[in-house]
Amino acid sequence: MGLPKNNNETKEMAQSLIREIDRLITKPVRLMEVCGTHTVAIFRAGIRQLLPPQVDLVSGPGCPVCVTPDEYIDKAIAYASRKDVILTTFGDMLRVPGSTSSLGEVKATGADIRVVYSPLESLTIAAQNPHKKIIFLAVGFETTAPTAAATVLATKKQNLTNLFLLSAHKIVPPALKVLLADPAVKIDGFLLPGHVCAITGERPFDFLPKTYHMPAVVAGFEPLDILRTIYRLAKQIHDDRPAVENEYKWIVKPDGNPAARQILSEVYEPTDAVWRGIGTIPDSGLQMKDQYSAFDAQVVLPMVTKTIAKKTACRCGEVLRGIIKPTACQLFGKDCVPEHPIGACMVSVEGSCAAWYKYGSGRYTYGT
Amino acid sequence: MEHEKICLAHGSGGKLSQELVEQIILPAFGNPLLNELHDGASVNMAGTNVAFTTDSYVVKPLFFAGGNIGKLAVCGTVNDLAMTGAVPRYLSVGLILEEGFPMDDLRKIVESMRLAAKEANVLIVTGDTKVVNKGAADGIFINTAGIGDIIPGSHISPKCVKSGCDVIISGYIGDHATTIMAGRHELVLPATLQSDCAPLSGLVQQMLKVVPQIAALRDPTRGGVAATLNEIAEQSKTGILLQENAIPVRAEVQGVCEILGFDPLYLANEGKMLVFADAKYTETLLDVMHKHPYGKDACVIGKVTNESIGQVGLQTNIGGIRIVDMPIGGQIPRIC
Repeated sequence: MGLPKNNNETKEMAQSLIREIDRLITKPVRLMEVCGTHTVAIFRAGIRQLLPPQVDLVSGPGCPVCVTPDEYIDKAIAYASRKDVILTTFGDMLRVPGSTSSLGEVKATGADIRVVYSPLESLTIAAQNPHKKIIFLAVGFETTAPTAAATVLATKKQNLTNLFLLSAHKIVPPALKVLLADPAVKIDGFLLPGHVCAITGERPFDFLPKTYHMPAVVAGFEPLDILRTIYRLAKQIHDDRPAVENEYKWIVKPDGNPAARQILSEVYEPTDAVWRGIGTIPDSGLQMKDQYSAFDAQVVLPMVTKTIAKKTACRCGEVLRGIIKPTACQLFGKDCVPEHPIGACMVSVEGSCAAWYKYGSGRYTYGT
Repeated sequence: MEHEKICLAHGSGGKLSQELVEQIILPAFGNPLLNELHDGASVNMAGTNVAFTTDSYVVKPLFFAGGNIGKLAVCGTVNDLAMTGAVPRYLSVGLILEEGFPMDDLRKIVESMRLAAKEANVLIVTGDTKVVNKGAADGIFINTAGIGDIIPGSHISPKCVKSGCDVIISGYIGDHATTIMAGRHELVLPATLQSDCAPLSGLVQQMLKVVPQIAALRDPTRGGVAATLNEIAEQSKTGILLQENAIPVRAEVQGVCEILGFDPLYLANEGKMLVFADAKYTETLLDVMHKHPYGKDACVIGKVTNESIGQVGLQTNIGGIRIVDMPIGGQIPRIC
């Protein structure tokens, strides 16, 4: 499972799954891949153009960079502009437009911003720069939050007093509830985010079939995993028997990763959070508990920033909720392109708009 | 958002680099020779066709598995000359050193340059050294320029690439960038993986001797195979269709790419080349390449077509086709 097979075998398996999907789905359906990594994997394997026309895939709110609001970027910029601060961040955040600038632009004017691949790299930077305050931009879902929590615990253990987190971690299930409560959102099934479920397990998504009669399958990231997931969704739709199924069993255990969740709940507690394009969602964010507030940048180094509401024709909000496809936005591919993004969905490589732009805007066909 | 300041992505070989060249460099310096935008210029001096090129090296870390900034500086320029169909002859070396740089490191770097020049059969005939204040450079930056004479009978140009050409890669892709990234992020890699940094001029000479009809050669450095193929598709007004299962990627490289979220097609190589030649020459070329240490894993990865002009497509393992676009750049700065 999941491992690349020889090409013919892979191709034949793919074709038989696609035939089955076509047989099972008789009227148009919209399936949402929640996770940005799936959006990219679907494009990279050319899955969209292989699916029968009645099966439509729409991207969801599962790109952490895309749902990070302007206010957060503005605050990060304010911190980065301080002479006593070194900001550490995942590379994707650099180009996200805030209300007036981006981290990439302030970096170009001399702000000390360093790209890391793990928050734990910030520990080394903090130890090497005792006279600076190191602030890590803690964004991401259940997947990355445990590492951020582990960084806090390590900071404490190493008696470092100069490493802080600017936390904007989010959790996925509350966002799906908000989507399903919105009548404009039309979804017939979910490809659940495999990496998130590896931490949370399957249970937090039980409400999908129970409350919303919604098919849901935990998906892996190889092309055949994704096709098998779509096949299982098709079968649930066809049989009208929604359930949470797991198509990524060798990674996702039913109760996820209890050790990671324990670290997470040691440091963090749920809080309301603002999602770009969606608004405030109750209990959808993570904030550091009081006993760890010494590592919370917003507590230790409070900064007041003013976010100027921008007026653009950007429709990221509707894209993030799967209401429109990126190509329906009038800015897409014209004023808003990856090298000059207007909305956050065009910034991250896993953003819906960026992925649609990069991979030929939907059902790409070669030779036309 | 227009860029009022230089960003790292302007130096990454992708779309923003192109923009910089088109908006700032070409309006100032444009002439028929420069406008070719090849790895090196072909100029005629006293009746001889000479290839001329220059490149600067700012790689970080300075030392990495399989090489260092010095080896890179010699191989990079040698390869740029080789890709124009020239025999590299003479190099210049400019060193920009930061105050406080360890003399011992400089000795190691210079020794690697000596060895690489010896292997590539080039002489370093002129040079310059500058020292800047601490903080004004990052240890050492190196510029090299080189000249060579174009192998008679060869005519290497993207404009010679036509539908019906095969696309050959000389070996595994992404080794250099993966090694650098792993070094920078302290990922422990198997000792088998190292930068592919190597001078390709010897191999190119053997190939051109047997098949002077080679249409184009390119070393897929910054921006990787994806950027290079997009440039060729655009310049030759053709389409290119790759076969995913034919592209040689080491398991270690694939693994690191999955961890860090990169696509091997976009990773820099420093000892690989893409060869474009009519399919009837493919077998002969592969025979020659397979006998050379820097071409032993050479294989066909795709075809030049007259469909989807200016685009690069990739047929995936499950039978779908996706587009391989020009990278914007900026994901991995200071790779060379």
